Amino acid sequence: MQGQKGQVNAMLLLGVYFTLYIQSFSYIPHSTGFSIIFNVLYLKISDYATNSVIYLCCSSLLFPGLIQREGGSMEQEMGELRRYRTQSISRGEFALSDSFYFYRKGLESIVDDQVTQRFSSEELVSWNLLTRTNHNFHYISLRLTVIWGLGVIIRYCVLFPLRITLAIIGISWLVIGTTLVGFLPNRRVKNWLSELVHLMCYRICARGLSATIQYHNKNNKPQKGGICVANHTSPIDIVILANDGCYAMVGQSHSGLMGVIQRSMVRSCPHVWFERSEMRDRHAVTSRLRAHVAAKRNLPILIFPEGTCINNTSVMMFKKGSFEIGGTIYPVAIKYDPRFGDAFWNSAKYNMVSYLLRMMTSWAIVVNVWYLPPMTRQEGEDATKFANRVKSAIAHQGGLLDMAWDGSLKRDKVKEEFKEHQQKMYSSMVVGKKARNSQEPHTESSKS
Amino acid sequence: MGSTNSTLSKIPNVEELMQETGFTPAHIVRLYDRFEALDKEKTGHLRPQDFGAINRLAMNPIGDRIIGAFFSPGQETVDFHSFVRILAHFRPADKKRPKDPSMPEPVNSRTSKLKFAFQLYDQDKDGKISRAELLQVLRSMLEMQVTEEQLESIADRTIQEADLDKDDAISFEEFRKSLEKVNIDHKMSIRFLR
Repeated sequence: MQGQKGQVNAMLLLGVYFTLYIQSFSYIPHSTGFSIIFNVLYLKISDYATNSVIYLCCSSLLFPGLIQREGGSMEQEMGELRRYRTQSISRGEFALSDSFYFYRKGLESIVDDQVTQRFSSEELVSWNLLTRTNHNFHYISLRLTVIWGLGVIIRYCVLFPLRITLAIIGISWLVIGTTLVGFLPNRRVKNWLSELVHLMCYRICARGLSATIQYHNKNNKPQKGGICVANHTSPIDIVILANDGCYAMVGQSHSGLMGVIQRSMVRSCPHVWFERSEMRDRHAVTSRLRAHVAAKRNLPILIFPEGTCINNTSVMMFKKGSFEIGGTIYPVAIKYDPRFGDAFWNSAKYNMVSYLLRMMTSWAIVVNVWYLPPMTRQEGEDATKFANRVKSAIAHQGGLLDMAWDGSLKRDKVKEEFKEHQQKMYSSMVVGKKARNSQEPHTESSKS
Repeated sequence: MGSTNSTLSKIPNVEELMQETGFTPAHIVRLYDRFEALDKEKTGHLRPQDFGAINRLAMNPIGDRIIGAFFSPGQETVDFHSFVRILAHFRPADKKRPKDPSMPEPVNSRTSKLKFAFQLYDQDKDGKISRAELLQVLRSMLEMQVTEEQLESIADRTIQEADLDKDDAISFEEFRKSLEKVNIDHKMSIRFLR
């Protein structure tokens, strides 16, 4: 056991050194081929190392669900509950045991529920030496702590300053470059230059986060005059997507540093920034977006229809607003590899600055981006159905769960409709069809 | 062994709790994590609003009643111990436990589960489910879907069937008798996967 542990710890150290090498190599621009080879190697080694050490040492939290749930529908369960009764169920009556079904469902949801789960970070099978992903932290061995300490030093003292410098360079170049380009007259040169500036800045920013991105199906890349929709996990999604193409951003205009960036970006190519008051008027928003899409030479719009950040294990309900604009939709699926760093932005827990700091002190951000074939709304299909179709395609490609829940449930409460739906289902079992009930003779004394 | 120790040490009187409820250390830890997740403001107590934030529960027609079961009369908060004690009612029964009359009834026995269910109906805790109380539960479960007359007739029928001493209310014994054939352990239990 000792010998094995020692061997594996050595592997871990090796893995750590490899990260260093990869980090340094990834700063060489346009050496993507080179860095991919190293990344793959690193992946394999550190995967083996961490899996064996951690699996040996701690019992990690594996299960996505906590409790065993009965798969049956309400009717099935009620039927089982009522089996003891001598009269047949078809008379549609109430049984004292009916409430047990609701009690159990209620208590099950208190112990564990699917929705709240999505708004907190995914749990890993094996620990990746980041305390933030270790929910069950405890002391295992001195060696592991030393290695972890080494990891902390490397991440905070070596990688972090490098990344911050890059990020600052990237953002300042974005502001300066776009402003400079904005002075040029409207011609093809301007567009070409603005694309160049944007791409370069986003690539620098991506290096600043140590992001390794793999794009699949590049032939389906969003074209001009289209709308690009993607699942949302963090604000970094924008950097990830913009590394491979230029998009017109859509969002609220902010003040402060964000506002400066936004205003300078608009100078070089049209983005769509809304005032806070405008956002509430859905019609105005839709018409502005429509106008943007109609001008065929404009860059594709980037929209995240979920409306909020989800933890990258599932895709939640798409808001239909983006699907009412018309035009071609280019779906994109984004999947982060959680072993290298948790990219999910839990906006309730962390603000933007602490989130970015966490990002910059993770090992790396490894992303897979799939471009899906374009979709358009079919005849007789309403916006909601179309949105669901796109959502399923994205979920299927990214290996995420397709959920019907609304992302805004993070903040708001569930609508009354859901409760009424449950009541309706139950009442059909109690009262049965209206005709049946009226036929029954009311011999017992009626209400007092 | 090692993995749960640090969390267990955070919980006061955890040995007593495990003895009383019969949960294993691993289950206690999972429940503690859940308790902390629900306690968003980290006060160490849960209030009715914290339960209300669970969407599936808000959707449940008798969700409010279930939340109410956690709070003793007059109390506005639930601490971890009470939380676990209530959930212990829904632990699957220990089949191998010998019937020891001198020991108090375990919290997850058939009788205890039935008592818990009875209390959810009997809100004023007078030991009987009156017609009005039954109507209240029916109303929560059916609300807009049936008329008041239908509700009343259902309540009447139910009491007629279960009420053996004809006092127009259902006592605990009558409740137990009318449900004697139901597999309570199966239907009122939550099984942990680990």
